[in-house]
Amino acid sequence: MSDSIRRHQDYVAGKFKLVDRVEELLERIAVNSHLNAFITVFSRRKLLDQAAALDRRIEQGQKPGALAGLVIAIKDNISFRGEPLTCASRMLTNFIPPYHATVVEKILQADGLIIGKTNLDEFAMGSSGETSHFGPVKNPWNLERVPGGSSSGSAVAVRAGLADLALGSDTGGSVRQPAAFCGIVGLKPTYGRVSRYGLVAYASSLDQIGPMGKSVGEVAYLLQNIAGHDPRDATSVLQEVPNYVKYLKTHPHHLRVGLPRQYFPEELDPEVRAHIEKLVAALKEQGVRFREIDLPLTEYAVPAYYIIATAEASSNLARFDGVRYGLRRPAPDLFQQYSRTRSEGFGPEVKRRILLGSFVLSAGYYDEYYRKAQQVRQLIQKEIRQAFREVDVLLTPTTPTPAFKLQEKTADPLQMYLSDVFTVTANLAGICALSVPVGVTSRGLPVGVQLMSDFFREDRLFILGRSIEKCTGEV
Amino acid sequence: MEFEAVIGLEVHSQLLTDSKIFCSCSTAYGAPPNSQTCPVCLGMPGTLPVLNRRAVEFALKMGVATHCQIASFSTFARKNYFYPDLPKGYQISQYELPLCRAGWLDIDLPDGKRKRVRIRRIHLEEDAGKSIHDQALAGEQTLLDFNRCGVPLIEIVSEPDLSTPAEAHAYLVALKQILVYLEICSGNMEEGSLRCDANVSVRPLGTAVSGTKTELKNLNSFRNVERALAFEIERQIALLKQGKPVEAETLLWDADAQQARPMRSKEEAPDYRYFPEPDLVPLEVDPAWVERVKRTIPELPEEKKNRFRQQYKLNDYAAQLLTVRREIADYFEALAKRCPDYQLAANWMLREVLRVVNERKISLQEFPLSPQRLAELLQLILDRVVSQTAAVTIFEEMLHSRKSAGQLVDDLGLRQISDEQQLAAVVEEVLARNQKLAEQYRGGKTKVLGYLIGQVMKATGGKADPVLVNRLLREKLKTT
Repeated sequence: MSDSIRRHQDYVAGKFKLVDRVEELLERIAVNSHLNAFITVFSRRKLLDQAAALDRRIEQGQKPGALAGLVIAIKDNISFRGEPLTCASRMLTNFIPPYHATVVEKILQADGLIIGKTNLDEFAMGSSGETSHFGPVKNPWNLERVPGGSSSGSAVAVRAGLADLALGSDTGGSVRQPAAFCGIVGLKPTYGRVSRYGLVAYASSLDQIGPMGKSVGEVAYLLQNIAGHDPRDATSVLQEVPNYVKYLKTHPHHLRVGLPRQYFPEELDPEVRAHIEKLVAALKEQGVRFREIDLPLTEYAVPAYYIIATAEASSNLARFDGVRYGLRRPAPDLFQQYSRTRSEGFGPEVKRRILLGSFVLSAGYYDEYYRKAQQVRQLIQKEIRQAFREVDVLLTPTTPTPAFKLQEKTADPLQMYLSDVFTVTANLAGICALSVPVGVTSRGLPVGVQLMSDFFREDRLFILGRSIEKCTGEV
Repeated sequence: MEFEAVIGLEVHSQLLTDSKIFCSCSTAYGAPPNSQTCPVCLGMPGTLPVLNRRAVEFALKMGVATHCQIASFSTFARKNYFYPDLPKGYQISQYELPLCRAGWLDIDLPDGKRKRVRIRRIHLEEDAGKSIHDQALAGEQTLLDFNRCGVPLIEIVSEPDLSTPAEAHAYLVALKQILVYLEICSGNMEEGSLRCDANVSVRPLGTAVSGTKTELKNLNSFRNVERALAFEIERQIALLKQGKPVEAETLLWDADAQQARPMRSKEEAPDYRYFPEPDLVPLEVDPAWVERVKRTIPELPEEKKNRFRQQYKLNDYAAQLLTVRREIADYFEALAKRCPDYQLAANWMLREVLRVVNERKISLQEFPLSPQRLAELLQLILDRVVSQTAAVTIFEEMLHSRKSAGQLVDDLGLRQISDEQQLAAVVEEVLARNQKLAEQYRGGKTKVLGYLIGQVMKATGGKADPVLVNRLLREKLKTT
């Protein structure tokens, strides 16, 4: 049973008071402020009022929602009515949205307590937590190292015990990569599994909100409570949400697991390779069947991803023009107002992606870049579909290396982009993928293993993920 | 050298759905600024569009009514440009795969001929907000009203099949009539519910050369469309005759100055960076849906006009006017059902009913007289109980009275005098007063009869049976 389910049951059984838990977490957040995990922590009074109200309901013997007793942090690109929604950008430092994201509504309906908004790469554009307007997030395992990104603060909050669970968003690996770097579990659900309503779009066709927790069970439990069709998101899928938690006890021996050669290149960090190989051996002993497979299109995934994602981003971020909300730098004429507002409001990485995206969509280049990238995407989807005829799950490293040093890759965007090499395929294909901790390197940095499965087969990820936890003794 | 123009029109038509195309805000016109907005149509971060099925249905109606091919699979696209009244920085439209394509429409030309105009495509999109530059209200600042933002539009793009401003006008009239008949657009150009841009080029008459085309914008009335086209065609011909080239550019029509001014050249044309809208799934329309829509299509103006000509034996003019709007045609048919003299019914529609409706600027729904009550009045004419003249008086009275026509005849003392003796006396009296005219009549100048009839009518306060008066006068003039 997962920590969270146990905590929830303890709470319902009256074993602790939520007000005490909130006090404890607020203190932990204060003590760990050097990690820079949060952009906004909600007001102590509001949190305690909410906690006390729930505590009273428990005392009165009412049956609360499934997330009662759990404290959740959400990435600051997810809208919470009445609280700042900054996206870690100067552009939105003063923006307070009048609406909840659907996931927020679902958490509140299930009596979960949301404690605050976590730091991220600006507009979720980055792989290290360093592009935030509010400064870089630090990896609790080693303060010289990045926590990964862009859901940096959410991963750190879970690892450092500043919240029970967290939500991130994953466009090219933004949940899984920081989960791997921080030694926690992170899921990118199937595209359409979780409503995107209220998630500030980076690349709409790739974005998906994902749960993060210390164990596979916690992640399954949180997914259970945020998934489902939403009439406000046309891309969310009308498909029943299964009881994911039930799969945590299923033995994995029926699963056929594929090891794609392209995910184990020469350059792969030797310690990462060693951990994965050890894991595979242990799973084999449990009767899991492995086979090597080929995914030759893998090398085209990163370029296709950065064309499609930036194209969509260039359009999604056009609304930040200083006219209706957010930063405005007045100027004598309209063009100058746009130019000054956007020049001062966006950081360099965001500008780089807007420029790149505008370029690949422009007349004369569209066919050469955007259309071609879409064709590559379709081929990758076909290749992945084919793979899932032969295997149930693909097992790969989540990242080619453990957490790198702060500023190690900021000067070289291409190197930074290549840290997504193993994660972007799941987004391009729309399938689900999970990162699970598999061990720690000699330098004391966590290593993550990535599991990918077919559309709406999160159950398989949880079955295999749970058995990985048993092998590695993490939980 | 003689030249001819090649004209294509792009018509934007606001759809009469209750709510906007991608959110549930009201589309009602004239509400206080920004009172009909929400985070979705204001483009706030994180919000998402959800397609209004009713807007699709309305677009399908227009597609079916103009004989278009309906795409079973169409997609939305983003048209990217910066403007303060465009909150997302892009307009959601359709680009590569529109909902309807390859249709046509027959139009009546002023010379009585008919012409088939091909429709290239009809696609769905959202309207933008309104920028208000009002010195008195805000000085140099621009005000923004987002009530219109997200109102559903269809853009109807014709092939360049039109050759004269008059044809363009006829096409617009026909298009508007269909839109209004289908009850999917108010057709009100002043409120901006119908907007038109034109592409125009000229070429030597009878050739197939394609000349450089210009685009005309801001054509905010049917008359302006005609005038702007005439202006632009003349300008292009003058250039060619001087041996100068026509520049590919966009021109803005200035209705006050009655001229088109350059807005931007082809080089300055914006690159809209269209790409598929990732927030919406492709629109799938199955044949069953198209069938359901087909069954809702009413009789359209063209068919109705033809039927009126045949069924009610009306001339082109009357048939045309009585089918301009569906409510007029419906009223007429309700009236004709109760009035065996169709010509009489048609005359009363055109002369009296439409006059009152136009004077009062009301719709026929607001017209106080039901077809039943009007039919009673017409029956009194047919039964020769009242004269036409007296009937008009009764009609006026009925507009603000609950009494029936029959009651009013007596209340107003307008019963027609059909008593031969009584009328004969009046006739004699009139002839006695007008002996000179009587002489002239007998001398062959029969035209004076009308005047004499008028005198009798006058003497009887309009109540005399004109048929009877006519006969009596003739008889008397012969005998004496």
